[in-house]
This record gives sequence, structure tokens and C-alpha cells, in this order.
Amino acid sequence: MAIFSFCTDPATLETARWFVCYLTNGKHLIAYTSFGTVLLLLAITAPTALAFGFGGAIAARSRIAPLRWFGKGYTSIVRGVPDIVFFLFFVIALDQAFEWTRHQFFCPDWPDAIRQGNDFVVCQRAKLPLSNAPQWVHEVYGFLLAVLTFAIVFGAFAANVLFGAMRAVPRAQIETAEAYGMSERQAFWRVLIPQMWVFALPGLSNLWMILVKATPLLFLLGVEDIVYWARELGGTKGALFDYPHPDWRLWYFLGLLVFYLTLTRFSEIVLGRLSQRLSHGQATLAGEAQRKAAV
Amino acid sequence: MSCWETIADYGLRSIGIGERLLPRTDFTICQQFTLIGSGMIWNIYFGVLALAMGFCLATGIAVGKAARNPLIRKPCEWFVFLFRGSPLFIQFFLAYEALVLLPREGFEIFGITAETRWLTRAWAGALIVLFLNTSAYTAEIFYGALRSVPKGDLEAADAYGMTGWARFKRVTWPTMLRLAWPAYTNEAIFLFHATTLVFFSGFPAWQQRGDALYYANYFADKTFNPFVPYPIVAFYFIILTLGVIGLFALVNRRLNRHMPQEAKRIRYRPQMIR
Repeated sequence: MAIFSFCTDPATLETARWFVCYLTNGKHLIAYTSFGTVLLLLAITAPTALAFGFGGAIAARSRIAPLRWFGKGYTSIVRGVPDIVFFLFFVIALDQAFEWTRHQFFCPDWPDAIRQGNDFVVCQRAKLPLSNAPQWVHEVYGFLLAVLTFAIVFGAFAANVLFGAMRAVPRAQIETAEAYGMSERQAFWRVLIPQMWVFALPGLSNLWMILVKATPLLFLLGVEDIVYWARELGGTKGALFDYPHPDWRLWYFLGLLVFYLTLTRFSEIVLGRLSQRLSHGQATLAGEAQRKAAV
Repeated sequence: MSCWETIADYGLRSIGIGERLLPRTDFTICQQFTLIGSGMIWNIYFGVLALAMGFCLATGIAVGKAARNPLIRKPCEWFVFLFRGSPLFIQFFLAYEALVLLPREGFEIFGITAETRWLTRAWAGALIVLFLNTSAYTAEIFYGALRSVPKGDLEAADAYGMTGWARFKRVTWPTMLRLAWPAYTNEAIFLFHATTLVFFSGFPAWQQRGDALYYANYFADKTFNPFVPYPIVAFYFIILTLGVIGLFALVNRRLNRHMPQEAKRIRYRPQMIR
């Protein structure tokens, strides 16, 4: 199990080696993969949320009234309600929605009601994942539910940003495109969309920061993420364990803090450069400071 | 049991007044509305106090961040970076674990014992975290606004012979607030939303006295039906958000009272600052 050969008897090790062995024991190695879980979540959620947001923004601009209401509702609902409410809601709601749909499909002549008092009962074949599925299927399903939840919530944020960016494109640009004989669709895809990104960039980069800082909420969605492992590994380990130690959760959470600080630091540097560029030559304190520094 | 009795029993349950036991079976809509609404007391408590205290600290930190002296500037920059760069969720956990490690019997300072137990309670510990967190976010907003104060305003103040404190109090600060206000409104809304995290992040709900989301989660767990309690929380929060927007719009109008007419209406552009 142990990586290093000298780790066979932890009780006899001196401090430095003890820590080397402690930090490379089986549970820790599993815990390190959960950093990958977080990064994987970011990698999948960001484009998915952007796609959801794009759809939402287009729906909110639609000329078909019900579609527009849906889009507007989608973009505005996350403004008023805490995102964590959505996280807690969607994880159960999506699960039940999937199982309900499968139930209607697989067991159409099921005699009992699905919602019996405080229980939600579907037939065996409709269960998700199936009760005889291996453990990893359960974990992947839980992770995918979390990704979908994140994508829905952050898609709404992104829709908000993109909707605003689409409106920020100068009207004259579209009129020029129409004057050149472009159809409405052509003007939208060839003129509006390419120009929109400049206006959307500040909002989207901000959104990226929010998304990074929302990843610990995976813990609330029942995924074994870094918060779960920090609590698990940091808790007091008595003499029964190979590596007994007192309550070290504080140190584990400090480690997570450093992880997140480095993760957000990079984005902050990029944003800082951007804002520097934008205040160049402006008649403001920042612009004035730049002018004085240049002289 | 009528709905009025339920309200009498559970209306103030979140602060420990009324019926001790939470309902266990046969949950009614009225019970859910009442208990979740009673939980809102905590959300408002955390939000209002953290905002009020954070406003003061944020002003100081924003000015400190704009200072030329690195001994003042650097700590302010680090403070903002620390709290803006890490998730609030982690901050809550970290603060709780740190506060728990404080000596149980308190400190001895000059013969007086300073109690520390209360710091591990949500009402104090979580409030401190939220206060520092919102201070950092607000400071960043104020700092941005401070850098956007029109050069002409400051030159005009110079021309009137205003310097130092007088110039700050009468020109820089009001202009900074005016420019920062739409973003600050956003921050206030987000802070109220962030208060729902308190009881999910280490701080235990003592005697089941929790916030709105705590009770909603309780009902969702018990009934296995998320479609009733969570929309109720959403309903309460939409009302709270509208209230915050209304209140901040009033302040915005006062801050912009000398401006041309169109600037007085707050253009509500949703921008995610957090």
C-alpha cells in the first residue's frame, strides 16, 4: 500500500519521514485525486454553462413571447434567489425528474402513486442508477447531476451577462449590416455575435471567478470533493489508526485556502492587466496616475 | 391546528421562542411558510449587521489600498486578496476550526477572563466571517470607484483651497460612494444570499435554530419533496432582494441629487461582482 519502503511501521518513524509516509498513504492519494474532480468540474461546467447562457440570452431576445418569457425568467431568477438554494433544489429535483420520466417509460402500468406521503417510489427498472450498479456508476451519476446543476445555475448568470453584452453592441452596427442587405439571421451571427464578446468579457471573467469559488459547494451536493476529504482526513485519529494525530482540520482547510488563492490569483492578474489597459488615457485618478508615471 | 396557531408556535422558532420541537409528520404548507420565514430572521440579522460594519471597514481599506505608503497599502491589498480570492465556504470552515481551537476556559488578560466559547456560535463566528468577507468585496468596489473619481472634481476642490480631510469628506468620498453605489447594491444582494451558507459550513445550528435554508433543507429531507420548501425560500428571498434594491435606490437618489435628471434613476444592470 505504501509508496515508500520505509513506511512499513509508522510508529517508529522520526518526524520528517512520518510526514512523508502520512501524506502518501492510501487515503491521501485518493484525496489528491479530488483536486482533479474540482478541475474536471470547472472544465466541463464552464463551456456547458456558456452554452446554456447563450441559449438563455437568445431566448430572452426572441420574438416568440413564451420563449422570451422563459428566457427572461431564466436570466432573472438567479438574481433574486441564492444560488445555494438552486444547488440544493436541483440535485434532488433533477434526480426525481429523471426517475419519474424513466418510470413513465419503463413501467407505464404501475398501479401505485409515485409520491406516497413522504416517499418517492418508482419501479426497480426506473431507478437511477440501477440498484445493482457498481459503486463508480453511483459516483459518476452524482458528479454528473452536480455538473448539470452547476451548468443550469451558472448558465443563468452567463445568460445575464450575454444578454447585456448583446444589447451593448451599437445599434448602428446592425443597421449597417441590414443596409448591406444581410438578413436578420446573418446580421445576428456575422455582426452582433462577434462584436458581443468584447462587452461580455468583463462579466464572463468575473463569472469565472465566481464559478471557481463555488466549487466547494460540490460538498453539499454529496460529491466526495476536497472539502469532504479535508474533513475526513483532518478529523482526530485515535491510536487505532496507523497515523494517529489530533484534530488537524484547521491545517487541511488552510491547504484548501492556499489552493483556491493560487487558482484565483492567475485570473486576478489577467483582470488587473485588462483594467490597466482600459483606464489608460482616461481623465480619472487611475489614468492621471499613469500619465504622471509616464512623464 | 389552525395556521394562526402554527404562526404563534413557530413564528419566532429560529430565535428560540415558541414551540421547542419541530414538526415531524404531516407537514402543512403553513408550517413550511412559517418556519422558513422565521429562519429569515437570521438571514436578515447576518446581512444587515455585516453590511453595516463592513461599510465602515471597507471605506478604510479602500483608502488604504489607494495609499502611496506601501506599509499601509500592502496589508490592505493582502486583506482584499485573501477574502476575495478564496471561497466563502472555505472561510467559514476555516474560521470555525480556528475558533474551536481557542482555549475552552478563555484567556486570562490582566486578571480578567475573556470568554471565547461564544465565538464558535454562528451568531458571532459566522457574523465575523461575513463581516470581513463583505468588507473585502466592498473595499474592492470602493477602491475601483475611488480610482474613477473625475480628475476635474479634485482639481475643483484644489481650486477652492480644500485639502486633506475636508477634501476627502466633501468631494472624494461622496463621489466615490455615488460611483460605487450600483455595484455596492449588487454586493449587498450577494451578501444576503451568502448568509444562507452559514448553517451548511461547520457552524452548527444550536437547538435547531437555523436560517431559512436550514429549515427548507429540513423539510426537503423529511418529505423528500424539494418542490415545496425551496420555492418558499426563493419567494422570501425575492421579496428580500426587492426590498434591498428599493432601499438602495433611495440612497442612490440622494447621492445623485445634484446630478442631471437621468442619472438619478438607478440603471439596474445585473453585474456579477462577486
